[in-house]
Formats: sequence, C-alpha cells, structure tokens
Amino acid sequence: MVAGESGMGKSTLVNSLFLTDLYKDRKLLNAEERINQTVEIIKHTVDIEEKGVKLKLTIVDTPGFGDAVNNNECWKPITDYIDQQFEQYFRDESGLNRKNIQDNRVHCCLYFIPPFGHGLRPVDVEFMKALHEKVNIIPLIAKADCLTPNEIKKLKDRIREEIDKFGIKVYQFPECDSDEDEEFKQLDKELKECTPFAVIGSNTVVEARGQRVRGRLYPWGIVEVENQSHCDFVKLRNMLIRSHMHDLKDVTCDVHYENYRAQCIQEMTSKLAQDNRMESPIPILPLSTPDVETEKLIKMKDEELKRMQEMLNKMQQQMHDKEQ
Amino acid sequence: MAATDVDVFSNEEKRNLSLGGHVGFDSLPDQLVSKSVTQGFCFNILCVGETGIGKSTLMNTLFNTMFENEEASHYQNGVYLRPRTYDLLESNVHLKLTIVDTVGFGDQINKEDSYKPIVDYIDTQFENYLQEELKIKRSLFNYHDTRIHICLYFIAPTGHSLKSLDLVTMKKLDSKVNIIPIIAKADTISKSELHKFKIKIMSELVSNGVQIYQFPTDDEAVSEINSSMNAHLPFAVVGSVEEVKVGNKTVRARQYPWGVVQVENESHCDFVKLREMLIRVNMEDLREQTHARHYELYRRCKLEEMGFKDTDPDSQPFSLQETYEAKRKEFLGDLQRKEEEMRQMFVNKVKETEAELKEKERELHDKFEQLKRMHQEEKRKVEEKRRDLEEEMNAFNRKKVAAETLSLSQPLKKDKDKKKSVKTENQSAVSASSSKVMMAKANVEPLNCQSWWQAIQCCTCLVHNATWKPGGLF
Repeated sequence: MVAGESGMGKSTLVNSLFLTDLYKDRKLLNAEERINQTVEIIKHTVDIEEKGVKLKLTIVDTPGFGDAVNNNECWKPITDYIDQQFEQYFRDESGLNRKNIQDNRVHCCLYFIPPFGHGLRPVDVEFMKALHEKVNIIPLIAKADCLTPNEIKKLKDRIREEIDKFGIKVYQFPECDSDEDEEFKQLDKELKECTPFAVIGSNTVVEARGQRVRGRLYPWGIVEVENQSHCDFVKLRNMLIRSHMHDLKDVTCDVHYENYRAQCIQEMTSKLAQDNRMESPIPILPLSTPDVETEKLIKMKDEELKRMQEMLNKMQQQMHDKEQ
Repeated sequence: MAATDVDVFSNEEKRNLSLGGHVGFDSLPDQLVSKSVTQGFCFNILCVGETGIGKSTLMNTLFNTMFENEEASHYQNGVYLRPRTYDLLESNVHLKLTIVDTVGFGDQINKEDSYKPIVDYIDTQFENYLQEELKIKRSLFNYHDTRIHICLYFIAPTGHSLKSLDLVTMKKLDSKVNIIPIIAKADTISKSELHKFKIKIMSELVSNGVQIYQFPTDDEAVSEINSSMNAHLPFAVVGSVEEVKVGNKTVRARQYPWGVVQVENESHCDFVKLREMLIRVNMEDLREQTHARHYELYRRCKLEEMGFKDTDPDSQPFSLQETYEAKRKEFLGDLQRKEEEMRQMFVNKVKETEAELKEKERELHDKFEQLKRMHQEEKRKVEEKRRDLEEEMNAFNRKKVAAETLSLSQPLKKDKDKKKSVKTENQSAVSASSSKVMMAKANVEPLNCQSWWQAIQCCTCLVHNATWKPGGLF
C-alpha cells in the first residue's frame, strides 16, 4: 500500500521500484475538485515474473489522502480497507474449503513524508498512529532531490526523534543472526541507521556518464535514481524485494493478523456473554445508569443518618454534662 | 458657489504656452526624489505558505541579509501571523520593511479556518489606516503604513496542480491584497515538469476567477519587461544563504551531490526575475495599487456598512456631517435603551435573591425553634429524673441514719425485745428500703456511684447484722 498526499511521487516511485508503468491513464483532479475530496482505495494487481519466479503484486493506492481542506479522519477508509482484508482472511481461514485462500492482506504500507517541512506534521502522526498496529509501516522521505545531504540527515534525525516521541511503531528490521558474516551485519546496521529512506523516483531514462539510467534531468545536473550517494532508493528496493519481503509477510501474518484475530474473537465472546446475561433473572448489565442514581440516593441518606446520629450524641453529651 | 467655479474651469480650453527661457520647474522631480529619500520608504510583505516551505530563506535571499527567524513547529493549533519590522539602508535610501509570516499555515488536520487569521490581519491594517484618515487631528505623512503591499503565496512543488487549501485561500485574499504566486523549492522540478506545472496553475487560477497581481503595462518604460514577466508567472524560486564556490566565483547556491543549483542563475530558477519585479521595478506600483484599489474597496465597503452614502434619495450630495449626527443620535438612543434594560434586569434579580434569602431565613428559624423545643423537652425529662433520684437519695439517707442509730443500740440484749419490735420495724423498713434501694439502683444511672455503693454495703452489713434467725425476727 502506498499512502501520502498528492504530488509526493508515489506513482513514480512504484513504477521505478518494479520497473513497470502501472499508471498509464491516470486522471488527476483539479484543486477545486479536491477541496472536499474523500479518500478512495484503488487496487492495481500485476503478475510479474523474473527468472522463473512469479510474483503477484498488488499495489493499493490511496488517492485523495490529505488533499481536502478538512482532513479529519481521512485515514478511516484506509483502516477500514485493511480491516476488511483481515476479516476476509479470517473468514476464509475458518471456512471449510481452505485450499484456495487468497491472501489479500496488506503486507506493507509505504508512507510518504513531504520533505518541505521540518519533520512530521500532525496529519502524518495521526495517520501512522491509526495504522501502526494493523500494518507494517515504512516511512519514506519523498522527493528527496530538494534536500542537500546535510538537510537530509537533519530531517531523518528529526523524524526518528518524533517517531519515538509519539510512540509510533514503524516496521523494525529483524536482528540478524549472530552467525552471519560481518559484511552482512554491517549492511544491516547501515540499513537501520538509514531509516526513514530518502527516495527519488523517476519515470524517465536519461543518459548519464555514458550509461542509460533512470534519473531526473536538471539544468544543474542529473539525479540518478539508482545511485547510492544520491538517494536511498537502492536500499529501499533491496529491503523491500530482495531481503525483507518474506519477513514483512511473516510479521503481517504473525503479529498484525493475530492481533486482529484475537481482538475479533474477544469481541465476539464478550458480546455473547452480554447476550447471555441479559436473560438471567438478576440483570447486572442493563442497570448501568439507574444503579448510579440509586447509589447516589443511598449515599445521601447515609450521610443524613450519620449527621442525625451525631446530633443525638451531642445532645446526650450535653445532658450528661448538665446532670453531672 | 464652489461648484460653479469648478465647472467653468474644466470647460475652459487649456492653452499651451511656450516658455521664453529656463524657468526651472523641471527640478520638480528632483525635489520629489530628495524629499522621498529623506522621508524614507515603507514596504510590507506578507508571506503565506506551509511550514518549512522556504519563506524565511527566500526573504533572506531577496534582501541579502539574515533576518532573525526561528524555525516554526508543525504542531500549532491554529494559524497566527508574526509581523517583524526592519530598517534597511542602501546608499542613503531608507526602507522600513515589514515581513509578516504565517505560522502554522497548512499544518492542522482541519484547515477550513486557516485563511481567517490572514484576512483578519489585512483588514485590521486597513482599519487602522481608515481610523487615522478619519481622525480630526491626523498626521498621514507621519503615519507608519502597515497595510500589506504584496502577498507572496508559496505553492508546494508537487508537480500536479494547486492544493485545495491554496485555491481556497487565494480566492479569499485576491480582493484584499496583491498576490504573486511563487513555486517554492523549485529545485525539485525538472524543466519540462515545471512548464506543465506553471500552465496548470495559471489555468486553475483563471478558471476559478482568482485575480493575481499583473505587472503594469501602461508605463512605456517598463511595459515590455513587465509583459514578458507576466508570462512567467508563477515564478519558480530557490532560496539560499549559503555560498558555494562555482568556477572561480562564490555565489549563493545549494550544493547537491549531483550538481549545484545557483540562485542567481536565470536558467536554474526565476529568482532574479522575482527580485527584479518585486524590488527594482514595481515596488512603487504595488504600493499604489494597494492604496488606490484594495484600500479604497475596503473603505467603501466599510463606510457603506456604517450607513454612509455618497448621495441621498434626492440626489443631493449628502453631507458627512449630517449623516454622522444622525448616526450618533441613533447610537446614543440605543445605548440608553440598553442601559434601562440592564437596570431592570438588575433590579429584578435583586428582588428575587432577596425573596430567596427571606425564605431560607424563615426555614432556619423554624428549625431552630423546633430544636429548641426538643431540647427543652429533654431537659425537662432529665430534671424529673434528677428529682426522683434525689428523693431516693434522701430517703435512703434517712434510713441509713436510722439504721446506724439502731446498730449502736444493738449490744444491749435487755433492750432486745424492745428493740426487736423497733428492729423488726427497722428491719422491715431496712429490708423494704434495701429492696427499694435495690430497685432504685436498678432504675437510676450511676450518678452517685460512691455513695450508692457505700449505701449498699451498709445495707448488706445491716442485713447481715440483722439476724435472720429462722423464725427469729418474724
């Protein structure tokens, strides 16, 4: 799933990642049409094959996110979609015929953070908080070609700080085994220090240093998408497709899906329990508000009684003293 | 009288005369210049754009200094404006520059009210000027003009089109201030994309009826350059205060691994164009437009609102004086009415509270009476009991005394018989009294403990002394 405001380069990045063109005939909305836009969910499914290995790739796009003037709860359609997929899988899993379950669950969400600001914005924080327990979030800094290396570093530190501050659980790379070789560990460490990745995408192929590469042509130079010193695109691609794809799927299955399942089952059982209790002669649950009121009355009466008692005691004391 | 004079004037033909020699009024422009220079100029810029989009950096770059600016946070609750005034000097021309920053713009989740603080600020500045103009003792030449002369609207370089917030805000601002839209951080858009982006933005602005500032093309000296600039709107700018060595020069630029973006290079970005237009060519025109068009519009709306008209129903020019008087009377009348109402309300409220208080007082009194009565009752009962007890006490004391005298006379056996009868009487009396004592003891609380116990002891010893021989006494 890719999420982020319009114009962040999501489609371009997806095309660059999978070296295809998924968005051939896209219609972009005008600004005035976007004033009151709601978020849609669009799925693109492609089957790609490389050296005999087949991959069924589904890209879930979220056009309209963050585009309207009032973006309250604009992430709701997205969370609903993810829950829907979980629910469907849950049903299929508990069904009778389990041979042909289609796994439509979202394995990873690439969230595009705009590079124009000083860090995370409120809408970013809210979105990630709403989703971090449902899906693996990988935050990316979009359009990184507007930041100098210094600025990128500062922004990354800032974002990492803010993610910690707000308690957002982004996808963590798994620790490598202790018996892996040093080089791998070094690579892994570098990878972890590089998050969030600053990426640049490109739909065009340009000629640079005698080679044809994917890049962006500027009057002052050529930005190469696959050049490690220009941006972290290569790292992202390696991580997403070559090394961590399976881990992403595992975490989705083991952690997020299980959470959802446990929650679902709990809700169902508590609902059943409620229904059962309703029929018993001693209704405990339905008397939520009347209880409170009668309790209040009882309390009041108690207090009054106490006061009267005290007064009586005082009067007795007085008589006591007088008689003495 | 004055009206007819004016009429005559305009119908008269203006005759051109040729001068015989050099008079010298061709120095008028110079006089104007020197006067303006001594007076100093005033210019106010409003920068509207999202947090972090480069407003402060661009200002620093434009004016080639470092205005102090802290980075704004993204988590403001609303939009607020931060005006800062600076005094700049360039070859003995003074410029009083005010830069107004919008802090928190575009950061909230719900941006429906984001434009309001900006519009309010602009209106307030107009209002202040209007107030100054309407004063009796006014000093317009000395007045620090804070009206916004130009609004630089920073558009985020998404490459697609305007954002919805941009459109809404610009529509609200276009009738109040001169707007120049700028594409910020333009080093993220390539040339071809930029071209498409500019066309898209302009078409959107036009189709939504947003009036941005057009550089004036009537003055011959600048019309050519202005019209060509008009075609380049919105300007794609890059700002930087860092200096980078390029070739053998040090220029302001941004250094990337793939190249260096020079701020003042025309082929890299439109910064130079913006600077030309804004400062070197059209500053005065901007000020004029603000005063002649936007301010007049505001003034007209405001005065119409207050009920002033230029002509009354009979098409006679309305005197400001009369209208003012009428308004004033109305207003005073309103005030008086309101005062009356409030006074009434106050009186009513006071009455109500008084009544309440009286009620409460009465209740308290009643309670007090009741308690007092109860108290009296209790007291009475206690008194009764006390009396009873005292009686008992006295009775017993008498018996005691009698018993004591009896015991003294006990050893004389001769008197036994005599005493017997007395004794028996006493005995029975004692027994009776003792029983009475016992009974009394049972009824009364241990008030006179000590004496009672002694009494009982005496009783018992008496009882013992009194020989209850079988059939002895009875």
